[in-house]
Amino acid sequence: MKPEVSLRETYGKTLLELGMENPDIVVLDADLSRSTMTHFFAQKLPERFFECGIAEQNMISIAAGLASSGKIPFASTFAVFAPGRCFDQIRMSIAQPQLNVKIVATHGGITVGEDGSSHQSIEDLALICSLPGFNVIVPADAIETAQAVEAAVTTHGPFYIRLCRPKSQLVYNEDYRFQLGKAVTLRKGKDATIIAIGLMVKEALETAQNLQSEGIDCRVLNMPTLKPLDQAAIIKATETGAIVTAEEHLEHGGLGSMVARVVTQNRPVPMEMVSLKDSYAKSGKPAELLKRYGLTAKDIEKAVKSAIKRK
Amino acid sequence: MSSSKECNLPSTSADSAEAEVFSLSASPAELKAVAKKIRRHIVTMTGAAGSGHPGGSLSAVEIVTTLYFKMMRHKPRDPQWPDRDRFILSKGHAAPLLYATLAECGYLPVSELCTLRQLDSFLQGHTDCTITPGVEMSAGALGQGLSFALGVALAGRLNKQDYRVYALLGDGECDEGQVWEAAMASAHFKADSLVAIVDNNGQQIDGWNRDVMNLEPFPDKWRAFGWRTIEIDGHSIPQLTRAFKQAKKIKGQPTVIIAHTIKGKGVSFMENNPDFHGSAPNEIEVELALKELE
Repeated sequence: MKPEVSLRETYGKTLLELGMENPDIVVLDADLSRSTMTHFFAQKLPERFFECGIAEQNMISIAAGLASSGKIPFASTFAVFAPGRCFDQIRMSIAQPQLNVKIVATHGGITVGEDGSSHQSIEDLALICSLPGFNVIVPADAIETAQAVEAAVTTHGPFYIRLCRPKSQLVYNEDYRFQLGKAVTLRKGKDATIIAIGLMVKEALETAQNLQSEGIDCRVLNMPTLKPLDQAAIIKATETGAIVTAEEHLEHGGLGSMVARVVTQNRPVPMEMVSLKDSYAKSGKPAELLKRYGLTAKDIEKAVKSAIKRK
Repeated sequence: MSSSKECNLPSTSADSAEAEVFSLSASPAELKAVAKKIRRHIVTMTGAAGSGHPGGSLSAVEIVTTLYFKMMRHKPRDPQWPDRDRFILSKGHAAPLLYATLAECGYLPVSELCTLRQLDSFLQGHTDCTITPGVEMSAGALGQGLSFALGVALAGRLNKQDYRVYALLGDGECDEGQVWEAAMASAHFKADSLVAIVDNNGQQIDGWNRDVMNLEPFPDKWRAFGWRTIEIDGHSIPQLTRAFKQAKKIKGQPTVIIAHTIKGKGVSFMENNPDFHGSAPNEIEVELALKELE
């Protein structure tokens, strides 16, 4: 069994390492630096850290100004506040001029847990993916997180990286190489394809293993980059004749609807979407919530069988 | 720079050293003449476009003229010169004013001004920094410019550059909460290279500020947020020049210049007339206005 590692702690430490090498990196936070883990950077490189207080709109536009003057700003807060609280600032100050701002949002999805619906970000991917030219990444584990942050530094343009709150079991080995805009085949299979993001990736792998014993051979794709979307990998997945998506997000505007857009315009096959459907969740422990809202390996299993039945 | 239809932009110099720093030697009489020319452009170009925001462009003519012709260090042939002073137009609907000023400085050919708001023009209805040389920020959604300007000022401090940053805000724009977030942060970060100018013409789309959303006591608010606050007649070039010079000497805090102005200034039937906030003059009105501005 692989160890559980925190994605946001990995983010914070990676950011510090990259910041030590690259003097153009600056960091902004909105009074959550101990939660987003930008405090590692703040402690070592205080002159390049801007604490903006509880004012996300201001933080985003300051970041845009810094980027327009050649800096590489990382702006962090909870996913529910960016993009939610400052969508117009992201749209006008960053997306339209395609400025080099990196938004790294932590506490994505419902696994924020006990804080409840006000803090559970379940619409952020729909919002941010609607913006032209944004690169959007949802890493599946800490190893992918570190590399996604590196890619954000080396690739010019706006980025949104969504991280979860809880520690999560590693999916990858150290030799993994993240490629922006590329899906990763984690398991080969011919009967159906599960396409997953974030915490749902390890659930999808568990599903595939469970179904193997029933004679169902599932392909599993991790789709860490939602934008630009790896259309070729999705079109190729249609050869399995059935596709199931799995995400910690509303059905509307998330991974499922993005994959469906590619599938229906190319080679339609039956699809099922494992998601939060169309409702807000409640307070609870992360595992309890995933179970209550249908985001477990068992739920993906049901969806795979239902999709295969419709072949 | 994206391609635009018959985009006759002047050639820019690749080498900053070759492009000349804009001369700031204009006499008071010459500045007045430039301001009048810019007013004529605003009337003509919004008239030709059939839409736009002449009122809030005309009110800030002296402010922007003084900055570009008397205060700011800039190179029209090298709009990206790293050491330039920055002008951030937060009230993006005053785009015609900025375009006319940039044209008079040599960033754009004056002949292109009449393409304002047309399909494929590089002069968009509201400012777009991706296609217009000399435009620092895409604006039009109000309330974002002061935060952006603060970011630019902080970058200058980190880079040990001594450029100054001027942000022009509308008074109505100060209804936006983000303006006050930025005001608080600018004082907190002691951004003394930052100067905000409020074009205090007293009106916004739905009427007088005092009726739509009372801003008073406006100067007290800025002072309470930690800003050095200067109030002047925003149509007086000598007063504007003095205020900008005074701001340069202030250390450890940002400066706001509350410039009392008249919306539609310079054209009798546009002055204090809210009809010309977001509507262009028709052909007859353009003719009458240009007569007044001879």
